[in-house]
Order: sequence, then structure tokens, then C-alpha cells
Amino acid sequence: MNIKKCASAGTMESSDVYVEIKPCDDGIKIELESVVEKQFGEQIKKAVTDVLDETGIENADVRIVDRGALECVIRARVETAVLRGREEI
Amino acid sequence: MRRSMLFLPGNNPNMLINGNCFGADAVIFDLEDAVSPQEKDAARILVRNTMRYMDFNGCEMIVRINSIDTDYWKKDLDSLLPEKPAIILLPKTCTPEDVLLADEYMTQVEGKCGIEKGTVGLMPLIETALGVENSYRIASCSNRVKALFLGAEDLTADLQCKRTKEGREIEYARTRLVVAARAAGVDVYDTPFTDVNDDAGIVEDAKTAKELGFTGKASISPRHVETINAVFSPTQAEIDYAYEVMGAITLAKQMGKGAISLHGKMIDAPIVARAERTISMAEALGLDRRDINE
Repeated sequence: MNIKKCASAGTMESSDVYVEIKPCDDGIKIELESVVEKQFGEQIKKAVTDVLDETGIENADVRIVDRGALECVIRARVETAVLRGREEI
Repeated sequence: MRRSMLFLPGNNPNMLINGNCFGADAVIFDLEDAVSPQEKDAARILVRNTMRYMDFNGCEMIVRINSIDTDYWKKDLDSLLPEKPAIILLPKTCTPEDVLLADEYMTQVEGKCGIEKGTVGLMPLIETALGVENSYRIASCSNRVKALFLGAEDLTADLQCKRTKEGREIEYARTRLVVAARAAGVDVYDTPFTDVNDDAGIVEDAKTAKELGFTGKASISPRHVETINAVFSPTQAEIDYAYEVMGAITLAKQMGKGAISLHGKMIDAPIVARAERTISMAEALGLDRRDINE
């Protein structure tokens, strides 16, 4: 299942994360910007890919701007962006 | 025990993840007024994940869904009921039929999720003139109803009057709801005090609610939680008196008397019942523990 349109979710506020998702044809690409990228960059990317797997997304361009969000928040925002991108909400 | 209930905006991660740090007995994840229509989907998922992954350490979780006259309320229940909140707060409840409609759908969702029917309670939010007038019927129409909740902001708009700090305009609704809830055997919660910077005002407002018989009070600000908890907790004098009452009634039984006087006043069943409630609450709060026969 793929993304049908550009969509976003979340905010730039503290403890939140802004997620942008776009259709593409060549797999999953994740661009991450985070103040804690050195310590938690891999965990953040894993949370993103886990949600993409769970929602069956095989191709997507994902941009993440993290403002210190917990994993449950990251997962929520990615799921929202995916559902919006699939026009399921 | 619910003395304080703190509203947390459903699409604000910073407030949600820290919701258990403010000392409230319950938190209300708000999917209604605090969330704009274009963010209802995001808030629903965020609150679901917060409930699923965050530990609220005994702080009770309540969800305010959207009202039954919107397209959102069923989706709210579909998403949130599987997380087993203690209570669903049902806004703009006007009639018993509103409660029964929500009750029926909650039963369906509980069935789909393998949750025992009736696990999740309902708290009708009374915030219209019609709701106030129907309050006893609303409180008593379903076993799922655990409490009534007064919402003064919408109510005063419906009454076409100004909302004031003194609250004269909601005196009737307050007393009416307390009587209705107590007659139905359920709890009753007072509306939030909305001036977050008026420290004296929240004390007076909470004291008024307690004097009228409310079980507790909601808050939209973490700053009000400590005050509400203090006002709705028994004082040391009340606890001391409660133990005196229980001691006196124990003595009366030993002497084969049905009644006894304490400080010149006759101790009867309502006074004993109030003393028992005070002691039970004091023990639950860890405020005072002693042998009743001391």
C-alpha cells in the first residue's frame, strides 16, 4: 500500500514531532532532523519504519523534525501522517 | 476516589506525557473543545498511544469524547475504548436517550474488543438548560453512569447570561445536580474555575462546591489541582471528630444504648455515616490511621 498524496502531522512544539510524508516509487527514504539525533537517531528512525511496516507502506519519502518527542508520540504522528496520506481519515 | 480531575488537551504531547505529574486523582484526555476539527484524527491516535504506552501510576484515566451530534464520537469510542479508560465523559448530555445511545454503542465496542460489558463507565456532562432539567433521569437511566459533571461555560451560554467568578448564575444548576446525583446514588463533579491566575478565587470556588455536596472538582490548569485536593480532603479537625463519633457510638453499643450524645449533640445514623466516610477517605489518603476504639 502506498501514499496517495503529500500529508503532514504534528507540530514544531516541544515534546512533539513534525512528520511530512510524500509519495515516491523507490522504497522508504527518511530524512531526520533532531536535537537528540546523535543519541537517539537510530531509535527514532526505527520507530518510524516500524509504523510504516505496520501500516503496509513500502514506498514513501518521510521528513521528520523532532522536538524531543517520546516514542509513543513519534509513532502517533507517523501513523496520522500515513492515514492522511492514504486519504483514510 | 476522585477529588480533582485535570483536563489535558488531546493534541498536546507536552501536557499529555506529563499529565500524571500534577497530583490530580484523575486526568481527562480531551478530544472535544481542546482539539480543532482538522486535528481530531491526530488527537485520537495521540491519546490512544499515550494511554497505551504511558504509566499513569494510579491516576485514573478519563476521556472526553466529542458529543453525539457530531461525526466524531463513534470514531472516538472505536479508538479509545479498547484502552479501557475508567470513564467516558459525554459532553452536551441533554436527555436520558443521549446516555442510552452512547451506552448501546459502548456495549457494541466492548463486545468487539472482548471487554466485559459495562467495564467503562459514563459521566454525562451537563451543560445545557435541558440537561439540568433532566439531570435525575440522566443520572439514573443506566448502570454505566457513575457521576454527573457540571459544565458551566456552555450552560451559561445556553442560559443567555454572563459567567462570573461569584457563580450566582449557576447556583441553581449546582444544587440541582447535587440533589439529582445523590438521589440516583452517583458522584457529582463541579465545573472548572477558569481564571488560572486567581489563587484566592479557586480556593473560594472549590470551598463553595464542597459545601454544596460535590464529590470533587475539575480543573483546566495544573495550578489548581493542589488547592482542589486540599479543599476536598478531610481536615484534621474533621478526622478527629469522626474518630470521636465512632468511639462514642462504640461505647453506646457496649452500654446497650441505641444513641449517645457527644459534646452535647445526639449522635445518630447520618452523623455516624458521615464519620465513616471521613475516616475511609482519610485512610485512603494516608492522612490519619488509628484504632477506632482508641
